[in-house]
Amino acid sequence: MKTYDAIVVGAGHNGLTTAAFLARAGLDVVCVEKNDYIGGAAVSRNLYEDWIYSNCSYVCSLLRPEIYRALELHKHGLQVTPYGGSVTFMENGDYFGSYHDAEVAYREMARFSRHDADAYKSYSADTMRQCRFIREFLLSTAPDPTSFKPSDIRELVKIGRKFLEMGEDRMYETIRFWTMSVAEYLDEYYETDVIKAAFSGSGIIGTALGIHSPGTAYVLLHHYMGEVDGNVGSWGFARGGMGAVSNSIAGAFRAAGGELRTEAGVDRIVVQGGKVTGVALENGDEISAGVVVSAMDVKRTFINCMDEKDLPAAFYRRVQNFKIRGSSGKLNIALDGLPTFPALPEGSSLIHSDMHFIDSMERMERAYDDWKAGTWSQDPYVDMLIPTLNDPTMAPPGKHFMSCFVQYCPHQLEGRRWTDEERDAFGRTVIDQIANYSPDFKDLILHVEVRTPQDIEEQIGITEGNIFHGELTMDQLLFNRPVPGYAQYRAPVGGLYLCGSSTHPGGGVMAAPGANAAREILADLKRPNTVPENFGDD
Amino acid sequence: MTDAYDAIVVGAGHNGLVCATLLAKGGMSVLVLEANEQVGGAAVTREFADGYSVSACAHLLYQLQPAVQTELGFEPELACDSMATVSLAADGRHVRLTANAATGVSEDDGREYRAFRKRMNRFSDLLRTYLNKPPPRLGTKDRGDVMTLAQLGFDIRRLGKTEMREFLRLIGMNIHDELVERFESGPLKGALSLDAVLGTHLGPRSPNTIMTYLYRLAGNHGRLALPKGGMGAVSDELAHLARTAGVTIRTNAPVQRIVVRNGRVVGVETSDGERHESLTVISNADPKRTVMELLGARHVETGFARRVQHLRGSGNAAKLHLALDGLPTFEGLEKKDFAERLVIAPDEHYVERAFNPAKYGECSREPVVEMAFPSFRDPTLAPAGKHVLSAVVQYAPYGLKGGWDAAASDAFKRSVIGTIAKYAPDIEQRITASELLTPADIEGQFHIGGGHWHHAELTLDQFLFVRPLSGAAQYRMPIDGLYLCGAGTHPGGGVSGAAGRNAARSILSRRGGA
Repeated sequence: MKTYDAIVVGAGHNGLTTAAFLARAGLDVVCVEKNDYIGGAAVSRNLYEDWIYSNCSYVCSLLRPEIYRALELHKHGLQVTPYGGSVTFMENGDYFGSYHDAEVAYREMARFSRHDADAYKSYSADTMRQCRFIREFLLSTAPDPTSFKPSDIRELVKIGRKFLEMGEDRMYETIRFWTMSVAEYLDEYYETDVIKAAFSGSGIIGTALGIHSPGTAYVLLHHYMGEVDGNVGSWGFARGGMGAVSNSIAGAFRAAGGELRTEAGVDRIVVQGGKVTGVALENGDEISAGVVVSAMDVKRTFINCMDEKDLPAAFYRRVQNFKIRGSSGKLNIALDGLPTFPALPEGSSLIHSDMHFIDSMERMERAYDDWKAGTWSQDPYVDMLIPTLNDPTMAPPGKHFMSCFVQYCPHQLEGRRWTDEERDAFGRTVIDQIANYSPDFKDLILHVEVRTPQDIEEQIGITEGNIFHGELTMDQLLFNRPVPGYAQYRAPVGGLYLCGSSTHPGGGVMAAPGANAAREILADLKRPNTVPENFGDD
Repeated sequence: MTDAYDAIVVGAGHNGLVCATLLAKGGMSVLVLEANEQVGGAAVTREFADGYSVSACAHLLYQLQPAVQTELGFEPELACDSMATVSLAADGRHVRLTANAATGVSEDDGREYRAFRKRMNRFSDLLRTYLNKPPPRLGTKDRGDVMTLAQLGFDIRRLGKTEMREFLRLIGMNIHDELVERFESGPLKGALSLDAVLGTHLGPRSPNTIMTYLYRLAGNHGRLALPKGGMGAVSDELAHLARTAGVTIRTNAPVQRIVVRNGRVVGVETSDGERHESLTVISNADPKRTVMELLGARHVETGFARRVQHLRGSGNAAKLHLALDGLPTFEGLEKKDFAERLVIAPDEHYVERAFNPAKYGECSREPVVEMAFPSFRDPTLAPAGKHVLSAVVQYAPYGLKGGWDAAASDAFKRSVIGTIAKYAPDIEQRITASELLTPADIEGQFHIGGGHWHHAELTLDQFLFVRPLSGAAQYRMPIDGLYLCGAGTHPGGGVSGAAGRNAARSILSRRGGA
């Protein structure tokens, strides 16, 4: 039986990224995927006639440009077209638009409050400064503050120095920023409720936190870190849907001689004498290799695919207690035509942007209270997009694809499985909310795919269907992610590594965890490093 | 008339008194000006009904810093020491908590509770060291600051790899997740949630509520005591110590403004126009009031004034006082239990649910309650055979939609009494008089902006070297001669004396240096 140098479990964008960098270093790598398609949560699926759904993640912005360049993803068919802006529809029939063009943005804000329009400049400057500070650390392994290893000390000193360079006031700002809630952060700049509501969404997307929960200002940042063509904070569509991202990385992997196996779900990771020796597939086959890299989330890796006795007890308990909370749902809708939004002026560019339907901070927070009570938000925060306006290839001519990301939606209802009726009811909640602002919307619907976190877990394999493979709270970030003492991609079993979003720096179609893991593995194997360093910035 | 002192302390709260005493012991002539008729600020005993007295605001003593006691030679007389906590359960199967034991819970919970408290006590000891010294200033070359920071890093490392990892993981975490990981018992999880959120605008699911819990333990591991004669006796004793040390204390002397000349503080003026001169003025008032009302924003940089404006400090705790013609009967409690602290927090969800409405400026429908019967062990507080119930109640937001008028306050009082009646059905028949202090009342009567216990919310972004805010975290305000010594400064609220002591020490050291 053939022995590989490394097996990567899971062909999501992170798994493929690790696999690609390892293959480029000359390793003999196989990447196994349980589904009959690759991409994990970054996929384009054809679920209804000629429509292509990005049925999980729906925009890319977090994808690290260093990786894009290093893997030459453009050669493998990845085209990212930038888009910007968003609109928030208001109960009073008005709307608030946010635009990329500073001029326009100012005029729109001034429509509500000159004070807020003036504040925007300092708001984006301050926020972007925080982005730059942490972006530096995305493409590097988080140092272990308890270790005395030179590499860790060096990295800690580096962070310390960057921090000191800011000067006193900036330091304090940074500390506060990392610890405060997005609501408080916005309160410091804005007075208009709808403007705060419009900006606060990025602070809670994908988390089990509310806009008033301390720490959500950081999550806001996590979504602002995006970079398309070097535009900080701008978002982009992958032409052909999010699958194009995964397919292009897979292309780079294959081009480097890597082997991909789909419909090859891993039953367990085989350990002998404290070292991994390979994996056993659900179909009974065994694949052997000295290195196994799991792109699955930390719970699925250690609890579902390993034997408790092969792991240190304290580590196992930490894994059990790692917080992965299903908090978001998804609707993918095929439309017979373009719905109209009477609130918007004729030919407004905002129809191309993210659309939201919650116009007050109170409604934002109440949506969270429903989740805490164990049910989906009755008045949810919906991030709605019509990608086909930017990328016609995703639907037949004249037809459209609509993607709705929904916050909040629990993994289970009061602790039990969703019924089909409840799933439909959840879908109706979202559709009704949109229909309030688009009278012709419902008549245009041809097909709807409703996905609860439970569905996402069962189809993609992410615990509780959490898009970040684990909460982005301080106790699970940096050197705490996923487990204190094991934040450097190495598992407590020889030859076993993690490369998924459960690891630093976390979720989003960023591919940084995959790249960082590859760097660590190559170092352990004494192979030349193929992973790009941070380009730093500006 | 005018007179001159080395230092003037604005406000005779416990921190103001501690600060004044230590300054006097340090050889300074000190004047303390108090707006109210009684000294003590929020630590006073008042007669709220004929013959019935109660600690009007703070009612339990659990954070008094040992360092403060030794330096002042201060030994408050206690009516009850190391009270247990009885977490009431609807079915009468109450849970009893002491410093290291939980009874009325499963064996597992009992074991977990001991382990949990052991670890939390260890972390709170680490925290205490830093609560008792001025926080270091970041980004300076000052040797003291650098040393303190280095020491902090060293102390954390000294916990050992595993404990340090736990510390770094837990410090930013919410108490809810930790409790759910460890315990089964609802009343146990509820009582611990209550301890983590009492006095704050946070719910158990709010991140960094482990930190607020540690803060509570940092006095002497959260050991609860009832001072004899109520909290006022503690303040009177502090005032006595101050006078013995040579401090002049004037009551009924509200300070109208802090007088500035040529860009520095030169004294204060009281509402009746009296001037008192001093080149060192220390405000025991909350930072917002000190800067915006007493000093005047025009005397500081706009950036600083903006940050002061943004300080969060809206109170959420109300205080209920009941005069009872006898002890009520609690399902499943014995008579001796009235000496303990009784809490209504049947589980962690209950506490979180109570918090929800507060976010929208509404009162809890089912509030969280911390009760004590001070008269049970201290007959001086009520007529013979009669009793006083003193309760801290959450959540009652300062910024109530529609404002706090008599009707709103009365409605909330009724719902609190209704909540207590679920556990003590005969309570209503026993009530002969009652008083509810809302955060608005606390603001009005004790001059604490927002009526917040801690003068400023106790969250990581307003903690340690960012408390109350950068540029003023070392008790010194950005104008010559003005200092803070109240709960709004490091380390925060609670009858601990730490803020007052730290302030005095940094003033004296600066003086020594000069």
